[in-house]
Amino acid sequence: MEELVIYLVIIATLLGAFGGAGVLVWFERRLLGFWQDRPGPNRVGPFGIGLAVADIIKLFAKDDWIPPFADRFIFTFAPTAVVMAMLMGFAVVPYSKELYVTDLNIGLLFFLGMTSLAVYSVLLGGLSSNNKYALFGGLRAAAQMVSYEVFMGLSLMGVVMLSGSFSLVDIVNTQAENVWFIISQPLGFFVFLIAGIAESHRLPFDLPEAEHEIVAGFHTEYSSMKFGMFMLGEYLGLILISSMIATIFFGGWLGPDFLPAPFWFLGKTFAFICFFILLRAGIPRPRYDQLMSFGWKVMLPLTLVNLLVTGAVVLWM
Amino acid sequence: MATQVMDVESSLRDEFPDVSFLAQKTADNIPTFWLPRARLKDVLSFLKPSYEMLFDLCGVDERTRLHKDDLPEVDFTVVYHLISFRNNCDVRLKVALNQEDLDVPTVISVYPNANWYEREAWDMFGINFVGHPSLFRILLPPTWEGHALRKDHPARATELEPFSLTEERQDKEQEALRFRPEDWGMQRKNDNTEFMFLNMGPNHPSVHGVFRIVLQLDGEVIVDAVPEIGFHHRGAEKMAERQTWHSYIPYTDRIDYLGGVMNNLPYVMAIEQMAGIKVPDRAKVIRIMMAEIFRMTSHLLFYGTYAQDVGQMSPVFYMFSDREKLFRIVEAVTGGRMHPAWFRIGGVAHDLPEGWDKLVRDFVEFMPARLDHYDKMSMNNSILKQRTQHIGIYSAEEAMDWGITGPGMRAAGVDFDMRRDRPYGGYDQFDFEVPVFHNGDCYDRCRVRVEELRQSLRIIEQCLNNMPEGPYKAEHPLTTPPPKERTMYDIETLIHHFLNVSWGPVIPAGEGSVTIEATKGANMYYLTSDGGTTSYRTRIRTPSFPHLQQIPLISRGLMIADMVAILASIDFVMADVDR
Repeated sequence: MEELVIYLVIIATLLGAFGGAGVLVWFERRLLGFWQDRPGPNRVGPFGIGLAVADIIKLFAKDDWIPPFADRFIFTFAPTAVVMAMLMGFAVVPYSKELYVTDLNIGLLFFLGMTSLAVYSVLLGGLSSNNKYALFGGLRAAAQMVSYEVFMGLSLMGVVMLSGSFSLVDIVNTQAENVWFIISQPLGFFVFLIAGIAESHRLPFDLPEAEHEIVAGFHTEYSSMKFGMFMLGEYLGLILISSMIATIFFGGWLGPDFLPAPFWFLGKTFAFICFFILLRAGIPRPRYDQLMSFGWKVMLPLTLVNLLVTGAVVLWM
Repeated sequence: MATQVMDVESSLRDEFPDVSFLAQKTADNIPTFWLPRARLKDVLSFLKPSYEMLFDLCGVDERTRLHKDDLPEVDFTVVYHLISFRNNCDVRLKVALNQEDLDVPTVISVYPNANWYEREAWDMFGINFVGHPSLFRILLPPTWEGHALRKDHPARATELEPFSLTEERQDKEQEALRFRPEDWGMQRKNDNTEFMFLNMGPNHPSVHGVFRIVLQLDGEVIVDAVPEIGFHHRGAEKMAERQTWHSYIPYTDRIDYLGGVMNNLPYVMAIEQMAGIKVPDRAKVIRIMMAEIFRMTSHLLFYGTYAQDVGQMSPVFYMFSDREKLFRIVEAVTGGRMHPAWFRIGGVAHDLPEGWDKLVRDFVEFMPARLDHYDKMSMNNSILKQRTQHIGIYSAEEAMDWGITGPGMRAAGVDFDMRRDRPYGGYDQFDFEVPVFHNGDCYDRCRVRVEELRQSLRIIEQCLNNMPEGPYKAEHPLTTPPPKERTMYDIETLIHHFLNVSWGPVIPAGEGSVTIEATKGANMYYLTSDGGTTSYRTRIRTPSFPHLQQIPLISRGLMIADMVAILASIDFVMADVDR
């Protein structure tokens, strides 16, 4: 019986993640349109929601072209890596006290590891394309991810200290007993939020694919569903990061009883997705070196201070 | 003007007693002198301290010209147009060449921006500038045969063999486009590193049209850059030699294709100058109002794409909806939107429609709040500031040397605006300020334009409140279309009308030019009439052409992302560069 529930959760997660990513394609454009004084996609189906399906059909139907100068094997492998890594990341996300795929005792580390793996996808895609713009995209991605990964991990250590566990279920349970970590770890939240945007390389941290500078960056040479996989990976990453923020800092499934727990989780995740889209609508893109110096000179010290203060508090209280 | 002619003439004669400066009378009253090519460099070097800018350099094929009375014996002419911003005056120098011997010394060492102009004159007329470091084709493809603006070069495709692209020819054309760093004196590597050559354009999201710039890169740092133009060349100057004076007006719309009727203005004014037409006040104010509306649409597009190029996604959408409001006014007034071709020789095409004032008033009241909002959104955004402040800097002197005019010049601290300092077409009747900033960086180039948006609003509001009554076109037989009311009553009017409608107006022989403050800088039409129904030579001096030439200068040592910011801040359109 219990096994059946787990299988059901796995299937629901997969469907939810893929479906969510598909709908997000439409939702993001719609929301951007709303903020930018224009209708956005509104032709296919009610409110244009059929666009999600139309887009997927289009992606599948396009010519799947591998440039003759590219490294065939790596070129094909690269887009799959990001999707696999992101989907694996969903395994540790708890939807309620009982509802999750698995509750690893190193859940947080597993999540960090999986998001790190996604870098390979961008890097390999950029290198194997054998295109100068793609190469720039790959290099930028590597530099950006490596630096932001450092304090993405460190920013969560305060939470780990306070809850005494790497398990995400335990982390939420700790928040149920005390306050949400957004209150006790505001600095950690701030750093994680920014590192999260950088990890999912969305505007203002979309330098690996900054279209105004390097055309489409690492996926310049990709077409059809290989490109679609990158896009899917990006949206999966967006959902994953949002759900992680909701889980780690905003009490995951916790909320008043009039709604079932998973709905609280989904609602919070959705709110953060909207926030990420709003960022995209509002903020310009910093230059590559400015981004790096911001990371190492501002974010890293902040993280270390957070870690130090949290450690001191845990030690003496 | 008369004293000024005396001044430059007497100082030239004093300095060079051995040279016979043959003076030529032109309709624009710019002192014009013929001089021998041997002394050209000396004369230019002598004039450079007072005339800071080589405003224009162009060739003319004089071989088929009929009215050569006050000209020396000449087959080809090279024209040098110098401007002094300090003293607010011009001088035009001409060098006469025999077709057997088309050598002229290059003047790059005196005026660096002569580089591209000389390449263009070589490309179009085959004039050989001795000592030029890279006398390649610039506007025409490298495989082109002949020199297109010569009178014996065919003007229409139908005069040529039918075009066919064989595989052989395709290979040849592609090979011709290959970039060879050695041609530009670039190293492929130095002691430490092997450089990457990145081909930005002609098809790239940030080059605003078909502009190609090849970057020599060390990592992401730009070591050097070579801009390449000509992909948008349509032979506008050649077309002017076969269209009638009147039917060429729509072509001018498409030179700076964001400027709309602003392009018509210098063209029709130059014709009016040669024909001696006095434009009625109402037509003047209508022209100014429409020109300022187009300045706003152009600047708004610049503002939006500028923000977009540094990665801010939304502003361009807001500004497009504001432009849409302006285009509705334009549509109501002219019937067209981006290229109305609405100005006519002697006035404008129609009177203003009923209710125009309400449309304009609504916009004038609506817009200031939006501009304040955009300041908050874009200009005060700290990331945008970081991206554009202290990036792509040139000084006022460099701006002069490289022929930079308009907002780009005012961002570097040169306080000069054609509208205020050489009021044309009635601008002396308006109150407005000329915004000037001093850093000469990308951010200031944008700030100047943002302030100009506000000033344009002021001018439009003044037009709205003080629109004079009266005719919208001059009573003159050479206006187009000519006045018809009295054609059936006297034979004189009937003849004029018949000739002007069937042939087009015959503009008296002579030379004239009008320079205006266009959306992107100083735009000049330099027209030569040989007493016919078409122009003998139409020289279009566009602002964007020299603006692109100086990109390598301000981008060395910066990064690719900065190059994008620089391109965005220059505000060019390729049609304005390539013509």
